[in-house]
Amino acid sequence: MDFGPHLLLASLEGAVTAAILALTAMGLSIVFGVMRVVNVAHGEFFMIGAVIAWAVASSFTGNPAIGFIAALIVAPLIAGIIAAVADKLILQRVNYDPDRTIVATIGLLYIIQQTALMTFGPDARPVTPPFNTRLSLPWFEIGESGFVMTWPWGLSTTSYKLFVIVAAIAVLTGLWVLMTRTKAGLIMRATQQDSETAQAFGVPVKRVYSYVFGLGAGLAAVGAVLVVPIQQAHYLMGHDPLLLSFIVVIIGGLGSLPGTVIAAILIGMSDGIISVFFSPTLAKIIATLVVALVLVFRPHGLLGKKV
Amino acid sequence: MASVNILSTKGLTKTYGGIDANMDVDFELQRGKVTALIGPNGAGKSTFVGMICGRISATRGEVFFEDQNISSMPAHKRIQLGIAYTFQITSVYAGLTLLENTAISARRRLGKDNVAVNAKALEVLERVGLADRAHQIAGDLSYGHQRVLEIALGLAQDPVLFILDEPTQGLAETEIDDFVDLINALSGDTTILLIEHNMDVVMRTADQITVLEFGKTLASGTPSEIHNNQAVQAAYLGTAVDA
Amino acid sequence: MTKNSLYSHCLHFGTIALLVALFFLLPAYHVGNLSRIMVLAVYAMGFNLLFGYTGLLSLGHALFFATGMYGLGMAMNTFGLPSELALIVGVVCAILVSTAIGLLALRTTGVAFMIVTLMFAQAGYLTVLYFGSYTRGDEGFVIQQAERIFAGVDITGETSRYFAALILFSIVFLLIAYLVRSPFGRTLVAIRENEERTKMLGYDTVRHKLLAVIISGSISGLAGAAYALLFGYVGATFATVQYSIFPLLWVLLGGAGTTLGPLIGVVFMFYLIDLSSELTQAYMLIAGVVLVLLTLFAPQGLAGEIRRKVFKWLP
Repeated sequence: MDFGPHLLLASLEGAVTAAILALTAMGLSIVFGVMRVVNVAHGEFFMIGAVIAWAVASSFTGNPAIGFIAALIVAPLIAGIIAAVADKLILQRVNYDPDRTIVATIGLLYIIQQTALMTFGPDARPVTPPFNTRLSLPWFEIGESGFVMTWPWGLSTTSYKLFVIVAAIAVLTGLWVLMTRTKAGLIMRATQQDSETAQAFGVPVKRVYSYVFGLGAGLAAVGAVLVVPIQQAHYLMGHDPLLLSFIVVIIGGLGSLPGTVIAAILIGMSDGIISVFFSPTLAKIIATLVVALVLVFRPHGLLGKKV
Repeated sequence: MASVNILSTKGLTKTYGGIDANMDVDFELQRGKVTALIGPNGAGKSTFVGMICGRISATRGEVFFEDQNISSMPAHKRIQLGIAYTFQITSVYAGLTLLENTAISARRRLGKDNVAVNAKALEVLERVGLADRAHQIAGDLSYGHQRVLEIALGLAQDPVLFILDEPTQGLAETEIDDFVDLINALSGDTTILLIEHNMDVVMRTADQITVLEFGKTLASGTPSEIHNNQAVQAAYLGTAVDA
Repeated sequence: MTKNSLYSHCLHFGTIALLVALFFLLPAYHVGNLSRIMVLAVYAMGFNLLFGYTGLLSLGHALFFATGMYGLGMAMNTFGLPSELALIVGVVCAILVSTAIGLLALRTTGVAFMIVTLMFAQAGYLTVLYFGSYTRGDEGFVIQQAERIFAGVDITGETSRYFAALILFSIVFLLIAYLVRSPFGRTLVAIRENEERTKMLGYDTVRHKLLAVIISGSISGLAGAAYALLFGYVGATFATVQYSIFPLLWVLLGGAGTTLGPLIGVVFMFYLIDLSSELTQAYMLIAGVVLVLLTLFAPQGLAGEIRRKVFKWLP
């Protein structure tokens, strides 16, 4: 394949990565934004989503779409409930102290991950996509005979991958409406601004925190359900999304939601493109170093405002 | 020979996002005297002393201590020259004992000599009347006692210049009397710069008063001069003294 | 000598004497475990100096441990240096890396400091994988038994290995015990308790924190180098996040900011994992549960709770 078509292919892969990443990172960002805590177990809620998606999807026979839709509803719900319970049992009791929350969520990470190992097992398991039509893509060139349209071999994507991108945009739009147009969003933003004042005005801050923590986990789980038809479910799969979400949230500015989306597209696309042309390990080394240096020299992120 | 002024500032200015907290403050502090810095809330008093001791970086302007330009020195270097500072919002080592608190303060000058450090740490606790609580955890003290410990942390450094930011805030009447006695006992050897809202304390301790308003010096002089100053009365004293 | 420092001397030398005695009392299996525990305790003590005494939570200490480990391992295997020289190479590498990380990471505070150290360690781990042709990546490499002679002593035998580990442990243990009672150590505690106040008492907090990172990183690197030398294996596992979390777990469990805490924490955790891995392959579950329970119920750790409730003088 020539460079041009190859780049297009890489960009498409990157767009899928970016879509999943935007959902997952958004969960982390909302939790940080509203509650001011770093959830190190975030990647494990992603993993829970994937594992439950597999469990739900494989319990349905017949059309894979039915199982998939069921998974899309059930997995985020269960992940959200587990997160809300963890918030109530653990985080609330350490008063969201930043340091102790990090230690507690590290503990939570291992509890969830190892429980998955004990129940789900060490094997990677696939989920059948609800639809998976292969779509060949055209490429345009200006050759000797003028403008021509070619169909390079290997330049293709699947209908499912396009669906993932559309679905992510839909969920994020819904989230935006929730945050800006509804009472629940108003309450969340009020809590984010000043939790003590919000409390004084009758906002049940503790319950809001539980919902927000659940919502964050749910978003990660949605991302995971979307990803399992492409990438298999595995008990250790939470590690990379956690790292990448961290990177996105930091580059985008801690707690800034538009920043998170932009950074997710940036990181997802460049990760996809760099991984196609270079070694994925090198791409990750560069990404982690960039994040560390951004935090050192631009602690409010590239787009974040000074608090 | 040392000059009359131990400390002076020239055009000291602090701007927060376009708003001037302090505007071109020229200020002189006389050696061995107690100088009170007064002014309404938001006049920029804390910002001003913060810039003197290096806690807050100045937008522009200069600070001279013992005829040495210290404007570009980091805070800890300025403190090492003999400037002690007590916080407006109590900032003690809440998790450590009182003795450990004052020992940390004394140790910076006395170093490895444990006997001298301990002696000094106990001495200042005695001086402020907290010696019987030396082995209590500072965080368990009442608010007033923590304020007093804050002052003890300053004393333990044997400062040349002692800057106190609203030291009597939240103290009981008897504690305020003790504080006034302490300041009067220190004056002479130690130069004291006091931010104070309680005009009674100011009148009982200060040799000199400087009034700040809207980040600028409104007036400077002896207590009686300030008391009779029309501008000051209009701006500040008229309400505060009677209140 | 005050009563408290007499007690703490008794405690420290008593601990070392107990470890000597245990060699003769314990069956071979536990002696082997204890050698490993003592080296890991050195790692935990290095971490504790920064976390427990200075109040800086690094989530990337595996970088320093692995630096020491690979510094020694590659000096011996790739460049054929004798073990004594290789140990120095390992420690020097750790000093350099911790200085660089300290200079960068200390520009941040709190949560950002944790994430920055985590990220640098992750980059370090990936670098080990990326240069797999030299480091042998995940697989790691073995340091040949014939090479593992230190100062003329073959340290592959159970006895010599135990006492090599014990000597290393004792040196670091006493060094830390001395350090935390020194003016330097007291200043670190002051920074942990209230950094702004400490700065405004005239202490150069930036320099103290940098020194703390360097000393902590170097001790961790020394532990990594010793681990490679004594147990003959160098691998990327030791650079993973998990090995950054372990010292946190040990120190929290044993008691942060206590001299004895790291050893207690490693002993407990080692046997807890040892026992549970016989039952299930999900042995890290125990680590997770312990971490959560500790944050909830005993944030001071075992030694810390003992200090709070019984012996106030505990160093």
